[in-house]
Amino acid sequence: MVGPGRTRCCGPPGAAPAMNCRAEVLEVSVEGRQVEEAMLAVLHTVLLHRSTGKFHYKKEGTYSIGTVGTQDVDCDFIDFAYVRVSSEELDRALRKAVGEFKDALRGSGSDGMGQISLEFYQKKKSRWPFSDECIPWELWTIKVNVVNLANEQERQICREKVGEKLCEKIINIVEVMNRHEYLPKMPTQSEVDNVFDTSLKDVQPYLYKISYQITDSLGTSVTTTMRRLIKDTLAL
Amino acid sequence: MDTDLSSQDRKDLDKFIKFFALKTVQVIVQARLGEKICTRSSSSPTGSDWFNLAIKDIPEVTHEAKKALAGQLPAVGRSMCVEISLKTSEGDSMELEIWCLEMNEKCDKEIKVSYTVYNRLSLLLKSLLAITRVTPAYRLSRKQGHEYVILYRIYFGEVQLSGLGEGFQTVRVGTVGTPVGTITLSCAYRINLAFMSTRQFERTPPIMGIIIDHFVDRPYPSSSPMHPCNYRAGEDNGAVYPSVEDSQEVCTTSFSTSPPSQCVFTVTKAHFQTPPPVVTDTLKVPVMGLAFSHQPAALGVGSADMGYPVLFAGGLHAAHPHQLIGPGKEGGVPPIPSQPAHGTQADQERMCTPLDGVHYSAATPSSSEDTETVSNSSEGKCGSPHDLLETIFVRKVGAFVNKPINQVTMANLDIPFAMFAPKNVELEDNDPMVNPPDSPETESPLQGSLHSEGSSGSSTGNTHDDFVMIDFKPAFSKDDILPMDLGTFYREFQNPPQLSSLSIDIGAQSMAEDLDSLPEKLAVHEKNVKEFDAFVETLQ
Repeated sequence: MVGPGRTRCCGPPGAAPAMNCRAEVLEVSVEGRQVEEAMLAVLHTVLLHRSTGKFHYKKEGTYSIGTVGTQDVDCDFIDFAYVRVSSEELDRALRKAVGEFKDALRGSGSDGMGQISLEFYQKKKSRWPFSDECIPWELWTIKVNVVNLANEQERQICREKVGEKLCEKIINIVEVMNRHEYLPKMPTQSEVDNVFDTSLKDVQPYLYKISYQITDSLGTSVTTTMRRLIKDTLAL
Repeated sequence: MDTDLSSQDRKDLDKFIKFFALKTVQVIVQARLGEKICTRSSSSPTGSDWFNLAIKDIPEVTHEAKKALAGQLPAVGRSMCVEISLKTSEGDSMELEIWCLEMNEKCDKEIKVSYTVYNRLSLLLKSLLAITRVTPAYRLSRKQGHEYVILYRIYFGEVQLSGLGEGFQTVRVGTVGTPVGTITLSCAYRINLAFMSTRQFERTPPIMGIIIDHFVDRPYPSSSPMHPCNYRAGEDNGAVYPSVEDSQEVCTTSFSTSPPSQCVFTVTKAHFQTPPPVVTDTLKVPVMGLAFSHQPAALGVGSADMGYPVLFAGGLHAAHPHQLIGPGKEGGVPPIPSQPAHGTQADQERMCTPLDGVHYSAATPSSSEDTETVSNSSEGKCGSPHDLLETIFVRKVGAFVNKPINQVTMANLDIPFAMFAPKNVELEDNDPMVNPPDSPETESPLQGSLHSEGSSGSSTGNTHDDFVMIDFKPAFSKDDILPMDLGTFYREFQNPPQLSSLSIDIGAQSMAEDLDSLPEKLAVHEKNVKEFDAFVETLQ
């Protein structure tokens, strides 16, 4: 899937996006136990729009596209529901990333502020000895501020407020998606792995990576990346 | 050729717009049914999923939408609108949202129809899926049932926003440019109710009155699919609320949201008076209620009892009503209360056969997942429940044993429940179904009582006489490819052995051992005190 084994992702993690990359930033303030659901809601909504069915290439360069199913998810700690792609693999991958982000937020040295980024990129093959380039074309950043609440009444209000906020975020996301700005060209069969993540068995999102940063109490940001990203970077 | 659309493109575009409109209506209405929607992704294209999205088509909704469109397509000045309103059990109604699919004159001549427009329409549908969960009416619709229902109306023409009250808000779902105009999808929603509704309706006690019957047993009566939409496009809003019977009728044939209990009542009551001799007729009724073509085959083959269809509901949606409800407490065996999972009912089925071998009361679970009322009378008392049901069953008990295929195929007739027609029966002694191993105490009290009833109930003391082996052919499973099919799985795991830790002897022994080993364990734990402390700290 990843080509002849020599490809690896480009650049240091957290590098600034390329100039043509569209960047969107969302901010939320949530309680600790709401972090996971809020992040999943946003990431799933973005990926819903950035996933297609599996491509099946036929002769003559045509392809057919599989079907993407959707399902409703109710949040337990937020008065909110969202729609995600029906793909357990994708859900697992996102949950893993969000789980790590949440743990990092909770860890020592953090004052509850951090951000998680979802980047869509394209791979561009280079000749040896240069490694393949990853060119991001869309970057979503969610800035999170974790608040601590004192009593149950405040928590109840927070449930509703965060629910309303997330509704606004979904509307924002849809607005961006609706602009129909740059999307990678539909690839030929040989190029499909440079544009899409074809490793999932039921859907095909655009190539993406998730990374996060925690702002420690001194205000400096400590870059931490998902293990998968590190693996990708170091894989030869 | 550069600016004019080719005829093929034009045809394609019209088709896309038409199906887009139909799918838009489906998404909106389904989002207001009050249920969580779940569809599966499929990596191989089926060719019938428009816009590469798995969006179910509720037939009534498609019908209404087509009726409203009347062969036209959205165009300038002619928009397709879906109005979502709330109707309380007292009859008050209020418009909550209007979803508009409009077309304006701004054309994008350069765009490729079959490719770009199609993909953008697909993206727009995804956006619609997301946005329909975000407006206030979504939460209202999830809570509908007792005090209010959500209804929809589709109309075509001018958009009418006046019913939304003052200060309504608009959210744009998206736009797609096409060579003939730009398609815009947006929603205007009322906001001043949103704050009140969830609290207001939650605080008021259930409204008493005749209309409560509409809602009591149907937590999610949904929007108008359950109530045949009496609104007509363009006419006034004085629609008659559909009668209870009508909606119940719709319930029984509709897939989506009818909860089982109500539907069962409807179906079965109608047929309790059916004269006994026509076995297939009386039994056919529940099949209609199920509306699944797999049922007859599965039931016809192996089901020894009306109750077993629930087993096949492993593949069925929970909403499908099931068959007859047994007569109840007569005959000495109380009706079995709900069982959690479908597919496990095999354990609880219990055949009871009167000694004359012909009549016995129907033992049937009522609905698929939740309720299963099995009423069996013990051996000698099968006569009395009859009066209620008047159905004839051939006793076929323990229907999970292999039977030669040739006998099975005969049962695969068109008539459902063909196996209930009088046939040769055979006995088998060695089947675990017939002679379950001694494990009843630890299983559900249900099964325990069943087994104990079985053994005590058979006055002859020989359960073998009562059990007849029928090949069990569960729905959705093939037994010609793999040696292990669903039926075999059932049989093998039907009666698991008792847990060793729950048997008294072993329990007593291990208790003594446990006590002896306690000091050692304590010593080990003390050594690791530091680790435990560190762990506790990470939890804080």
